[in-house]
Amino acid sequence: MTSSSSTAVSELSIKNVSIAYDDIQIIKEVSFSLKEGQIGCLLGPSGCGKSTLLRAIAGFEPLAEGEIHIDGELFASTSYSLPPEQRQFGMVFQDIALFPHLTIFENIVFGIKHWSKQEQIERVSYLLELVGLSGYETRYPHSLSGGQQQRIALTRAMAPKPRLLLMDEPFSGLDTKLREELVPEIRQILLQEKMSAILVTHDQLEAFAMADQVSVMSDGYIHQTGSAYQIYHKPNTRFVASFIGHGDFLASVVCGDDCVHSDLGEIKGHAPHGYDAGEKIDLLVRPDDILHDDESNFKGLIVNKWFRGSHFLYRVRLPSGKVVYCFASSHHDHSVGQRIGLSVHLDHLVLFPRES
Amino acid sequence: MSNNVLTANSGKTGNGWLKGVSIALSVVLALPILVILSHVVLGDASVWHHLVDTVLFGYIANSLYLMGGVTFGVLLLGVPTAWLTSVCVFPGHKWIAIALLLPLAVPAYIIAYTYTGLFDYAGPIQTFIRDMTGLGYGEYWFFKVRSLPGAIVMLSLVLYPYVYLMARSAFLEQSSNTLEVSRTLGYSNRKAFFKLGLPLARPAIVAGVTLALMETLADYGTVQFFGVNTFTTGIFRTFYGFGDAVAASQLASILLVFVTILIVLERYSRRKIRYHSSGLSKVSNRKIHLQGRYGIGALIFCLVPICFGFLFPVLQLAYWAFFDSIGLDKSFFKLAWNSLSLAFIASLLTVSCALLLAYASRLFPSKSVDTAVSVSGLGYALPGTIIAIGVIIPFAWLDHQIIDAVKALTGDKIGLLMSGTIFALLFAYVVRFMAVSLGAVQSGLGKIKPSLDMAGRSLGLTPVGVLKQIHVPLLRGSVLTALLIVFVDVLKELPATLILRPFNFNTLAVRAFELASDERLADAAPASLMIVLVGLIPVILLSRSIASRT
Repeated sequence: MTSSSSTAVSELSIKNVSIAYDDIQIIKEVSFSLKEGQIGCLLGPSGCGKSTLLRAIAGFEPLAEGEIHIDGELFASTSYSLPPEQRQFGMVFQDIALFPHLTIFENIVFGIKHWSKQEQIERVSYLLELVGLSGYETRYPHSLSGGQQQRIALTRAMAPKPRLLLMDEPFSGLDTKLREELVPEIRQILLQEKMSAILVTHDQLEAFAMADQVSVMSDGYIHQTGSAYQIYHKPNTRFVASFIGHGDFLASVVCGDDCVHSDLGEIKGHAPHGYDAGEKIDLLVRPDDILHDDESNFKGLIVNKWFRGSHFLYRVRLPSGKVVYCFASSHHDHSVGQRIGLSVHLDHLVLFPRES
Repeated sequence: MSNNVLTANSGKTGNGWLKGVSIALSVVLALPILVILSHVVLGDASVWHHLVDTVLFGYIANSLYLMGGVTFGVLLLGVPTAWLTSVCVFPGHKWIAIALLLPLAVPAYIIAYTYTGLFDYAGPIQTFIRDMTGLGYGEYWFFKVRSLPGAIVMLSLVLYPYVYLMARSAFLEQSSNTLEVSRTLGYSNRKAFFKLGLPLARPAIVAGVTLALMETLADYGTVQFFGVNTFTTGIFRTFYGFGDAVAASQLASILLVFVTILIVLERYSRRKIRYHSSGLSKVSNRKIHLQGRYGIGALIFCLVPICFGFLFPVLQLAYWAFFDSIGLDKSFFKLAWNSLSLAFIASLLTVSCALLLAYASRLFPSKSVDTAVSVSGLGYALPGTIIAIGVIIPFAWLDHQIIDAVKALTGDKIGLLMSGTIFALLFAYVVRFMAVSLGAVQSGLGKIKPSLDMAGRSLGLTPVGVLKQIHVPLLRGSVLTALLIVFVDVLKELPATLILRPFNFNTLAVRAFELASDERLADAAPASLMIVLVGLIPVILLSRSIASRT
């Protein structure tokens, strides 16, 4: 931890940023901020503009509108942009981008050549130990596996003690098993180094495993910024609700301050939802909102099922004809075509105005 | 968009000059083609009618015969050898795979006059027959080398490697899985080859044939030496014999039609190659082991093009060079110096322009720059003859304007500035060989992913720093390759050099051709041998990539 104590952790603030190519807006009035030492995530489907936003933060894209500040200092505006090499941000790329003509040691010291030789050697051996690759100094990138290369890329980005670490889909080139190992490992390293970081990904599980704060993007907009729990359970928009996790929208009618009438019957939330009685709305139902219950008289017909190891995920047809997800413990193995009892566990109602 | 990493935020407008220069460069490089094309419309119809009435259909017929024959020849030599060396195991298959490339080093006109020397009436073969049988002149039949069929054989012997290379990589890319699937579906090995292996490789084979045919259309030395009248010889005769640049360029424009068809066919095939390849570049491990006489048969079949396309002609050249020729005198070294320095300057110029264009398209990807780059690469398909005519017409015009202007201003008479000077020659080389160097440079630059630039910048490098510390070391290899390929191509180039060289300026290729035309075959040998030996360098480079795939 000795080396990390001097790391300058920084607070990032993005205000009303828009980015345009040839008058086509790619990023539309985006705002969010990231506290010191936190890990943020830009999550969205491909083409939503998340990588463009990241490159703008790094200084590779000019802003059409808005400002970017670090610790209150202006880094970019419509008329000004601090060159990337002066921002002191580290960057990790999807295609890893290690310099193929340099050894691992030379790659890592690339950003700290102005340090003394002794400091360089110390920094490299500290970081290599951190990522579990001590002794690889003289190897060349091509002789390392994909996971090892990505760890070295992280090391190279962290070597100059950047104010902010930017990671552009760093795990998407790796296989699933390796990714599951590497993601928590890297989160641990970042926490240990107290490094602020932004991760760009299209994989929500990766986002949940890595980030303190997730910003869900689509079509150039940030729909919602919040914790993983918030964006899963309290989605702000219909897009966030359908992009994150499984779920169905049930056409329902408001029947009171805190209650709606749906295919699942009358459901009472624990707080007022703010819609007027009689208003037509859509109710979000997650798989964990409907549980299998042998005791229940409310039955559904199984139309499909997936065994997930720890649990079953059923697709059941309600009496109304609507089809929804349902969770059951992995001991409750029912076959397709069977009718099973369902119990509804919905207390926070997620409602959206009916889409025509 | 994301590619402008080197320039981002360092004043895009300030670097716009690169875009402008690259577009201007492409316009200049397209000049020869534009000149030729303009004569289709602007030319004098009377000359045209004369051409139609007299020679045109002969040229077309001969060129078509030549193309048909060469197609047959390169398929016959290229496809089976490619299949044998990629799918089969037989004695010596590894070095055979590499040796099959050797004929690439031999220009067609050199092999043509070498075989003429071997098989002509006074040559060793016929002399031997007469000595053995006691027959005299005209009392026995012997084939004529200097004929249309002879030209077909000569061109096929040195051009089949194009088909061989393309077909081989197609066969190698066919995963053994594809063929195994067909086996499980009830196809025999042989049936699988004809129903699957060959159709899958067809786009690659077609692309190889079109390359060989482009070279065939571009050939001047062979057909001229053999007295076969084709477009290239016709263009020469019209230009020199009648001094008619307009008619020559009208002929060239018809040749251009043929070439355009080939370009379209080649591009189309290349697009299809992508769909036909499995995407897995894994070389199949399962090979067919040819035993006993089958193995020997395969070996002999593959040895035929190697011996006749390279070994025998080179041995003959070496024999002439060392025992029969006037030897290496002062004039030879002068020729060598001319050739090497010319090739060196041309390759430097070409690769510099290629670098400029490649960077323009990397940093400012836009329709205009992309068009500029592809226009600049058009010259690879154009016969040197066409380019030479396309260069000399505008240059001569410009020279006359300048001479007139100087005369009007000062009263002095000055000489030609551009046409008939090294400058015109160098310009023609740049046009002709831009595509090969552009290809090498672009593929090298393509390997430097934009993320490397960004990584460099985020680690504190300025754009210039990125260029120095990342691009220069990573590009060095491909730039050297590009330099080398252009160098060798310039050294071998004949027709454009013949037309554009300054008075009394000779190169190895020109001198070899002139001596051979004067029936001084042995004296032409040292220069020819040197061209072949230098030509081996890129073949060796190519063979390395082949060897790494076996």
